[in-house]
Amino acid sequence: MSNTRIQRRMEALKASGRKALIPYIVAGDPTPTVTVPAMHAVVEAGADIIELGMPFSDPFADGPVNQRGAERAINSGMTLAGVVTTVSEFRKDDNDTPIVLMGYLNPVIAMGETIFCEAAAAAGVDGLLIVDMPPEEEGSLVQSAKMNGLDLIYLAAPTTTDERLQTIGKATSGYLYYVSLKGITGSSKLDTSDVSQRVAYMRQHVSVPICVGFGIRNAKDAAVISSAADGSIVGTVLVSQVEALVDQPEKIPNALKAILEPMRQAMDTNG
Amino acid sequence: MALTEQELRTLEYEPDTGGHFGDYGGRYVSETLMAALNELDHSYQNLKNDPDFQREFDADLASFVGRPSPLYHAGRWSKVIGGAQIYFKREDLNHTGAHKVNNTIGQALLAKYSGKPRVIAETGAGQHGVASATVAARLGLECVVYMGADDIERQSPNVYRMKLLGAEVVSVESGSRTLKDALSEAMRDWVTNVDDTFYIIGTVAGPAPYPQLVRDFNAVVGREVKWQSREIFGKYPDALVACVGGGSNAIGLFYPFLRDAEVAIYGVEAAGRGLSTNEHAAPLCSGRPGVLHGAKTYLMDNSDGQIAHTHSVSAGLDYPGVGPEHAYLKDIGRANYVGATDDEALAAFHEVSQIEGIIPALETAHALAYTKTLAASMRPNQTIVCNMSGRGDKDIFTVAKMEGISLT
Repeated sequence: MSNTRIQRRMEALKASGRKALIPYIVAGDPTPTVTVPAMHAVVEAGADIIELGMPFSDPFADGPVNQRGAERAINSGMTLAGVVTTVSEFRKDDNDTPIVLMGYLNPVIAMGETIFCEAAAAAGVDGLLIVDMPPEEEGSLVQSAKMNGLDLIYLAAPTTTDERLQTIGKATSGYLYYVSLKGITGSSKLDTSDVSQRVAYMRQHVSVPICVGFGIRNAKDAAVISSAADGSIVGTVLVSQVEALVDQPEKIPNALKAILEPMRQAMDTNG
Repeated sequence: MALTEQELRTLEYEPDTGGHFGDYGGRYVSETLMAALNELDHSYQNLKNDPDFQREFDADLASFVGRPSPLYHAGRWSKVIGGAQIYFKREDLNHTGAHKVNNTIGQALLAKYSGKPRVIAETGAGQHGVASATVAARLGLECVVYMGADDIERQSPNVYRMKLLGAEVVSVESGSRTLKDALSEAMRDWVTNVDDTFYIIGTVAGPAPYPQLVRDFNAVVGREVKWQSREIFGKYPDALVACVGGGSNAIGLFYPFLRDAEVAIYGVEAAGRGLSTNEHAAPLCSGRPGVLHGAKTYLMDNSDGQIAHTHSVSAGLDYPGVGPEHAYLKDIGRANYVGATDDEALAAFHEVSQIEGIIPALETAHALAYTKTLAASMRPNQTIVCNMSGRGDKDIFTVAKMEGISLT
């Protein structure tokens, strides 16, 4: 039996011939109280794994939509410790859905890599995706993550060379996050046939499941992507919805559900 | 962590292949940027020893920038202070009025040799933006400059200059609306348009290889001081002083002297309203190591690791990080980093204007403020070289406004 929640979930999906639907939301956006209900809502809509954003003040790999999400979260008082607590709260009612914390390195350094990994694992976090920590810069965070049984998810891009793909393929665990476009989160163009070819090619170097993010906006995108990859990661379109409901946060959980349900449906009827 | 003098004299002072200066620097970037940085590193490592490239760079520094810049004895000011002899390295006399152009010429030539028709840049005070727009105009490259909305307000003459030079200036409204946000925005542009775009970073910060290549292009400053000081006073200076925001003018002066351990080195950060307040921009004096904009370095953040909003009277120093090589030089004890407050800088701004007939940039005024303190503690037969990194024309509106004077 595989030992992490992410690996178990990926194997179960594979066994049933389904693909992973992975929503991304920012913890604390726009208020800390809406995050746990939003997480439960996306699971009800069919999410298999949740990527929970750890807000950072200077998210230079993200587009303006996600940066505003992070700013709202920071302004609402969300901290890295608060993100961990949010996961503990979520775990009270859901012990199955894997959680990946996604963010930037500096807040983790500020807390201390070991303290952070221990706290995250104890809270029920399953994986970490640190956007600005490529395998070349692995430090004490990697060791701490491994000691605490956390998967480390790395990114691959259309421009990633074969040589680096091998390095990344060895480093990543749980799944590989393929950034489907050149550019930042929330970019508009998505060439789905390119993505299919590239994913097929990457499988030569990468043994873990490959999930694809950046540019997936609707059910059709999600279905096409997941016919080629092992999962679709949906972020900016959800953060945009949160932004639209910033004055009515109580409506956010259902609104996110309404975006994800058609995606789930399209992905499942796909294959 | 501090090294012995013998160790300091024999160190290589070069980053490793991953761009690390000791524990600092590196490439802490998203995978989407990695290929572009590797490509840049590759073309730079090839071109830096290419005789054609070097010849073109040197020729531009001579005929377009006006190098070598003079080493000037600030005799009256030295006498007034009554200590060491103070010399100014006159980077303020360069075309576009600051040291910044040394680097933009180098990087724009890299863009040209790499076949990229479009360049982008971030700017704080506007000096780097103007220098980039200038060189882009000369080489016929499209140029887009990202500038924080607050800085656009503080530095309107430079904004107009960039427009005159044919550049597009994009106002950055996110975050603190200053240099750090402009840098983030420029990186986003680069990630999206990497095929045809060269990103001209304006300082020794950012991911490798930028800290190294920006240093190398600015090192002409220190190399000139080496022969000029021998020619003028027969030996190397006893001390070097330069202001440090990102730290490019400082490293340009310091780098050629790093193994000359008898030369004391002082970097002056913006202490704003005082290092004991939260309103300053002095990560080396009172920050801690972290990761920002692609490099591990000293930075200013809150207890939760969110990057702090900084304060300085000078837009060019108003940045929460610093070049990783400075972080390294601090830790090994090769350079000393100190602060000068807004008030101290403004006092030096007026003093040097009136005593030496040179209006310095507000950034430079921080170095001058510390130079005064240092000179007073030294003997008249000793020498200090202070990098006059930029001229103050761009700052007269800021200073006038602070003093309640209307110029319009």
